[in-house]
Amino acid sequence: MARKKIREFTAKKILLDKLGLHYPGLLVTAESMNQFNLDGKCVGKPDMLFGGRGKLGLVKIGSADEVKQFILQKSEDIVIGNAKGKLTHWLIEPFVEHDKEFYLSFSAEREADVIYFSEHGGVDIEENWDQVKKIEVPVLQEFTLNICDDAIINQFVKKVFSLFRELNFTYLEFNPCTLVDGKVVVLDTVAKVDSCADWNDFPEAFGRTKCQAERNVEKLDANSGASLKLTILNEKGKIWNILGGGGASIIYLDMIANLGMGDEIANYGEASGNPSEDESYLYAMAILKMMLENNGKILFIVGGIANFTNVKDTFSGYVRALKEFGAELRAKEIIIFVRRGGPNWQEGISLMKDVCKDIGLEAFVHGPDTSMPEIITLARDHL
Amino acid sequence: MMFNENSRCFFYNLKAKPIQSMLDFDYICKRNPSVAAIIHPGRSGFHKCFYGEKEFLIPIYASLEEAVSKHNDVKCLINFASFRSAFASSKEALLAESIKVVVIVAEGIPERDTRELIALAKQRGKMIIGPATVGGVVAGKFKIGHAGGEVENLLKARLYQPGSVGLVSRSGGMMNEFFNIIARSTDGICEGVAIGGDQFPGSTILEHMLRFEKNDKIKLIVSLGEIGGKSEYEIVDAVKSGKLTKPIVMWVSGTCAELFPFEIQFGHAGAKAGKKEESAVAKNAALKEVGVIVPESFEVFEETLKKTFDNLGVMENKLEPRLIGERSKTSFTSSISNETKEELEYNGVKISSLVDSSLGKVIGQLWFKRKLPDFFVKFLNLSLVICADHGPAVSGAHNAIVAARAGKDVVSSLCSGLLTIGPRFGGAIDGACKHWYDAVSNVSADEFVINMKAKGEKIPGIGHRVKSKSNPDVRVDLLKKFASELDSSKYLDYALEVEKLTLLKNEKLILNVDGCLAAVFLDCLESADFSQAEIEEILKIGYMNGLFALSRSVGIIGHVYDQKRLKEGLYRHDTKDILYLK
Repeated sequence: MARKKIREFTAKKILLDKLGLHYPGLLVTAESMNQFNLDGKCVGKPDMLFGGRGKLGLVKIGSADEVKQFILQKSEDIVIGNAKGKLTHWLIEPFVEHDKEFYLSFSAEREADVIYFSEHGGVDIEENWDQVKKIEVPVLQEFTLNICDDAIINQFVKKVFSLFRELNFTYLEFNPCTLVDGKVVVLDTVAKVDSCADWNDFPEAFGRTKCQAERNVEKLDANSGASLKLTILNEKGKIWNILGGGGASIIYLDMIANLGMGDEIANYGEASGNPSEDESYLYAMAILKMMLENNGKILFIVGGIANFTNVKDTFSGYVRALKEFGAELRAKEIIIFVRRGGPNWQEGISLMKDVCKDIGLEAFVHGPDTSMPEIITLARDHL
Repeated sequence: MMFNENSRCFFYNLKAKPIQSMLDFDYICKRNPSVAAIIHPGRSGFHKCFYGEKEFLIPIYASLEEAVSKHNDVKCLINFASFRSAFASSKEALLAESIKVVVIVAEGIPERDTRELIALAKQRGKMIIGPATVGGVVAGKFKIGHAGGEVENLLKARLYQPGSVGLVSRSGGMMNEFFNIIARSTDGICEGVAIGGDQFPGSTILEHMLRFEKNDKIKLIVSLGEIGGKSEYEIVDAVKSGKLTKPIVMWVSGTCAELFPFEIQFGHAGAKAGKKEESAVAKNAALKEVGVIVPESFEVFEETLKKTFDNLGVMENKLEPRLIGERSKTSFTSSISNETKEELEYNGVKISSLVDSSLGKVIGQLWFKRKLPDFFVKFLNLSLVICADHGPAVSGAHNAIVAARAGKDVVSSLCSGLLTIGPRFGGAIDGACKHWYDAVSNVSADEFVINMKAKGEKIPGIGHRVKSKSNPDVRVDLLKKFASELDSSKYLDYALEVEKLTLLKNEKLILNVDGCLAAVFLDCLESADFSQAEIEEILKIGYMNGLFALSRSVGIIGHVYDQKRLKEGLYRHDTKDILYLK
């Protein structure tokens, strides 16, 4: 869903292929790079969706062997910001001798596609932002203007602009790019695309590896007309959540965080758009399994007052999953807080009450007459 | 106001549940049904649903074009198309002159498509709600699809009576939650809209707030923003510049995002903070700074809202909802007669008022569902008379005679005769109707004859075994004489043109009684102002076949009675009259 980053390699390859040009770059891992015969001066840098690589000391310019050596050295766990992970994907390109550095970017905004251009690109672009030229091309119009006096650059911008639209990029930045032998050469690229268009296979952000539960839910979501999402935030957390509704799910996490329990929130997630009983069962199974494998103590099954999600059906699925883990849930003394409204909530709530009683769990099961904050207040007193 | 108590919509894609949900709302608000028609590619006919305890029919059209041409008072399209087809159908609706508001429910429409729709809507001064939305409610007046849930919730949130709060949120689920919060803490909702969770909603929170600002009934604005995007800053600017002056109670959710090690993509496509200024904390602070009432946290939203509303001193305007009683579904539908009333009615006309009239008038009510003009009644009566019988030798009468002589009862004998009516016997009238109808406005008589010849097809309604130019058919003369009194005899004129050409080839290729009945029938339909669609439907069903069968039944029954009176014995065909090949 929504806007996603793609690798620099992917963006450059697709664009240059479409422009009928050869892209000499390689996407490698420490293991795969020896398959490639490299010579001459090269540049190597991680291609894992984060920026500021030069400032982090992760760009190596040197002979092919030096770059390979560097990649081998750096392919280990490192910490960037508050994300920790292994550098696995590297981009190797021939080094391009250049003096001038241009800045060029394209951004899809509400009413226009916006082009930014500066003859003073490079790492200091933020400081030189006042020299950046901006052209807005309204959605229903074509781009006909020239961005600068250089015919080669103008032609390049026009071609890339039409690809930007055609390929459903939402953001594309070349910083820097330069002119070599009468051709534009792109040195660094950041690209975001619309995942609702014809794009798929999105790499994860640095420091994120999807666990089995997340992958299961992703599959479930892909095959469903409903919306089913799961993000593990902290598998060591005590508080696990089965949340209903795109809007309400955020508010519940906010309120749990407000209790001072932010560190204990194990997952974000969202089930909405009337998932079936089976989908709800599988969704709950993914979360409950992981919760019990880890150190879960509290389970929230909460949501807003649905417009059309059938609470009886979704809760029947959750109840089935709870039953399956009944013994374990009791053994670990899991406490459950439930609040949901919407079509057939009475049946759903009563099913939930029954199952908690049958299993022998401490549970607080409420319908729409209990407000969203009230269930959290209830929970506070038991945490 | 986008919607009032008379607004009606088209519903794109036949989805029974949200349509029923809208009609339930209409009923409890005591307004007329708000769904004028359903558009569903590849389908036509009617959709049966409840209005209160009773069912009624909503027409289904295969295209938006057809729906618009039939209901030009309808200004809104509620688009339940899937994300694959929502772009094309929404675009078509934005281009249609009479449609002013398009609601797009689908989630997952590519951004570029949505942006094109937004640009188009702006260009044409139209409003888009959505994509990825459940819609909204104008309390007591209009409800979009599933918005506000089912009857129980509509009553609980008092959505049947207009209050004085305008609500706009991204989330549809939270809109419904807020309907309840607002019902508890204020005099209720005036209007609530969920703009949808996409990166680029067709209409923004600000646009709706500006509408609320202009709406005198709205005294207080409530809104829920979300982490991601910068649209809340538009509100900040509008408050600063005095474009928004009414009290606004607003909260931006997603304050917890700062606690997590990486950016979370929350449930809505737009709910992801890339930059500091897009964070919930920053947006709440900016709103508060310009005087928007921002609660300390969501937990105290309701309390804050109640306090703010109480200070306004607005009184609730109470209305009684109309409750829906027990429902039972029907399996059959009848639109032409009702025997359950005190007096039997044909198409709403009491039979006592029809007793002195001719059968043609009754046919008008039961077949054509209207009071036909006198000339049409005269045509029907004339047809009944001239088609009643054509001697014992034709297949219908012959079959009936054979059956009667085999000792079968009257009805069985009649049926065996009627069953011969088809493409060759009697049914040629319908075939001729279709040919005349298609040909008249498309090809000249000349071309028509040439085309039929090229296809190697006989022209239905032309040629007779016995009659010829020199031995004319009196029935045809009677019909021609009748037609001369009609306002328009375009079809008969055309048929006669064709006859002129065919007679050049053979004296027997006259316009026969079938062809003539067909042409005059079409002339009657046109003179009686039947629409093109109605005429096409009548031809498709094959009304003239029915008229022939009705008329000829008189003759066939006559032959059956005749045989029975004559005490004719079992008939066995003479074997000498059969050529045996083996």
